[in-house]
Amino acid sequence: MVGIFQRSLRLRTSLRQLSFHGSTSSTDTLSSLVLRGRLFPISSPSVFFSTHRTLQAPNDGPKSLSDTPPPRRPFSRVTEEDLTFFRTLLPGRTITDPDLLESSNVDWLKSVRGSSEVLLRPQTTEEVSQILRYCNSHNLAVNPQGGNTGLVGGSVPVYDEIVLSTALMNNILHFNDVSGILTCQSGCILENLSLYLEERGHIMPLDLGAKGSCQIGGNVATNAGGLRLLRYGSLHGTVLGLEVVLADGRVLDCLSTLRKDNTGYDLKQLFIGSEGTLGVITAVSILCPQKPKSVNVVFLGCETFEQLLKTFQLSKRMLGEILSAYEFLDSECLNLLKTHLKLQNPVSDCPFYIVIETQGSDPNHDEEKLHNFLEEAMASSLVVDGTVATEEGKIKALWSMRERITEALTHDGFTYKYDISLPVERIYQLVTDMRRHLGDRAKSVVGYGHVGDGNLHLNITSPAKNAALLAAIEPFVYEWTAKFQGSISAEHGLGLKKRNYIHYKDLLQPEKHPRNNCSIQEKDRLKVVSIHRLYIVHVCHLCDEYI
Amino acid sequence: MSGRVLVGVKRVIDYAVKIRVKPDNSGVVTDGVKHSMNPFCEIAVEEAVKLKEKKLIKEVVAVSCGPQQSQETIRTALAMGADRGIHVEVTGKDYDTLGPLQVSKILAALAKKEEAQLVILGKQAIDDDCNQTGQMTAALLDWPQGTFASEVSLENDKVKVVREIDGGLETIKISTPAVLTADLRLNTPRYATLPNIMKAKKKKIANVKPADLGVDLTSRLEVLRVDEPPQRQAGMKVETVDDLVVKLKDAGKV
Repeated sequence: MVGIFQRSLRLRTSLRQLSFHGSTSSTDTLSSLVLRGRLFPISSPSVFFSTHRTLQAPNDGPKSLSDTPPPRRPFSRVTEEDLTFFRTLLPGRTITDPDLLESSNVDWLKSVRGSSEVLLRPQTTEEVSQILRYCNSHNLAVNPQGGNTGLVGGSVPVYDEIVLSTALMNNILHFNDVSGILTCQSGCILENLSLYLEERGHIMPLDLGAKGSCQIGGNVATNAGGLRLLRYGSLHGTVLGLEVVLADGRVLDCLSTLRKDNTGYDLKQLFIGSEGTLGVITAVSILCPQKPKSVNVVFLGCETFEQLLKTFQLSKRMLGEILSAYEFLDSECLNLLKTHLKLQNPVSDCPFYIVIETQGSDPNHDEEKLHNFLEEAMASSLVVDGTVATEEGKIKALWSMRERITEALTHDGFTYKYDISLPVERIYQLVTDMRRHLGDRAKSVVGYGHVGDGNLHLNITSPAKNAALLAAIEPFVYEWTAKFQGSISAEHGLGLKKRNYIHYKDLLQPEKHPRNNCSIQEKDRLKVVSIHRLYIVHVCHLCDEYI
Repeated sequence: MSGRVLVGVKRVIDYAVKIRVKPDNSGVVTDGVKHSMNPFCEIAVEEAVKLKEKKLIKEVVAVSCGPQQSQETIRTALAMGADRGIHVEVTGKDYDTLGPLQVSKILAALAKKEEAQLVILGKQAIDDDCNQTGQMTAALLDWPQGTFASEVSLENDKVKVVREIDGGLETIKISTPAVLTADLRLNTPRYATLPNIMKAKKKKIANVKPADLGVDLTSRLEVLRVDEPPQRQAGMKVETVDDLVVKLKDAGKV
């Protein structure tokens, strides 16, 4: 990955011209960095990244593309000389033992495996900078790694890239309890940050099932969503500043702790969600909300998805500002929880279940609102059953019905995970269509997720990894999503597994091509530019227009 | 037999909360801390409600001794299926020194007044870990007791109790009226469902003072001091066996 930066002269000149504190000197470089979604269209003939290879056109048969890894780029291999340098720089923190490397080479889902031979564990930004500077000049590929809890195979090496782990960069640098702004190194584990903040009357603005292992740097790099997005918004809003080490070792200090700063380009936004392709995040400053005095969790049962959506509208109306999470799961999820994790259903069996959380500053106020909402929901038969929890122990128990589904799925067999954003009315239709489409071929097809954010987690299991089943699922699921203008990766990112599918978002019919007289039918007319695993940017060979 | 079961429920600091000792070491911080029903009391309520569902008893009465907030705990019991509640008001200094002896006197008086067939309690409370109230209540009433119950079955006017003891399980048969205390594996308490929570709002909670029951609340115990357990010392990693021996010698262990 670093090698790509080495050759991307255009990017480097652009960045150099953009001074890191905001103002730009030339409008030319501006246009070359116009962002559309996450891709950088270049209107000049020179290619963004000079390495490219042709790729099958998207509609070339039903073969799934997520299984074929990209070929290894001509990076150098690690030599003894390199190891000596690392060992001098990071004594005792340069790991080459294959047993110790195992956990860094395999992802959490145990679905992808790399063959890295070196794991580096820096403790300071300066060390990260030196590592990257060295790797850049010696043409060595680097794989930044946080908690390794990603679900799209993006956290482990594809080949023998050096793993740069932020695990030892776990210091909390500063917390201002007036503004609620926390500054910490990127290797801090999310749960540890939560515990630290809770003692000071605050909480992290994001929360996800992987909190015990995931690191804040990784969260920022993937623009993680999580369970609290409904209330506190995405990391694009809550991250105030970043310190990033770029591919050539330069340290980009955007670590502002200012709530508002409109001086020039907000460069840090580039790195949020960049999945480690633009630099290594070494420090984060983030705005933290107050710890709520009153937290309630409600677990409800619904007969139909329409009622579930109506309940959502009712909850927004009656709970208003105290609503902090609205999640759903279907009855198949509950069966998995019962079978594999022996969790009991808190209510009677229903086709759909909702988990609602409220957070507020006054228990009496919240309780009253909640009881009114529940009375209304029951009276209008929107929900058929439910239970409420106000005590921490019971709250954890109810949340585990939603948070542990991922775990239950790993026990059910090999899991095919899809994280889809759709118009909220269509969310469950994908699940039913997929069930019909697959028939007996799959073991379980379940749907759950952040319905309040329009985000479905569609999961399919089979006893063992099955290429035929995968071919039946993909590209069906992506085409279905594209048909309804959804996103094929709402919050998990692209990583390795979904890198080939980004065109489902942007590649529309040929008639929507910028220049009408250009058609993109033959596959070799597409000059494809790609990074090891992240993006495939299609650039039309004829007119060099980004598509 | 009246078919009435008295269930004692205690309001304690929620088990998931981190406990903090007051700076003057006189007790633990309870202000603003989340409280909930003692887990063993939940199991006791669940057992009583189960017996009612099996139609072996007719009425479940939930009792709690404490300040105004104890009513919340009684409401939870009502939401789980209890029919009515009795709140014995104990506040201030009396509440601070309220212990098993006083509570067992109150429960004994209530059991007689309500003509209870069974008194079911949790085996112990998670805040004081006394494990005395059930036993004292039985003694005061001169009733048989089945403590640490992991299985309860009613057979005519006798109760078969399987007790969890150190050596394994002991099965006894006692006659009613009796006192039972619930152990962990007796049952899994149900979640209070919405329809029941709504119904519980309409159920009655009677207000009673200890004096009305003729109970004297003076405590025979005085808490001298409350301390946190000693902090666990951090461990140390050594590189070689020789280092280990040196460290052990230094610490005087070898």
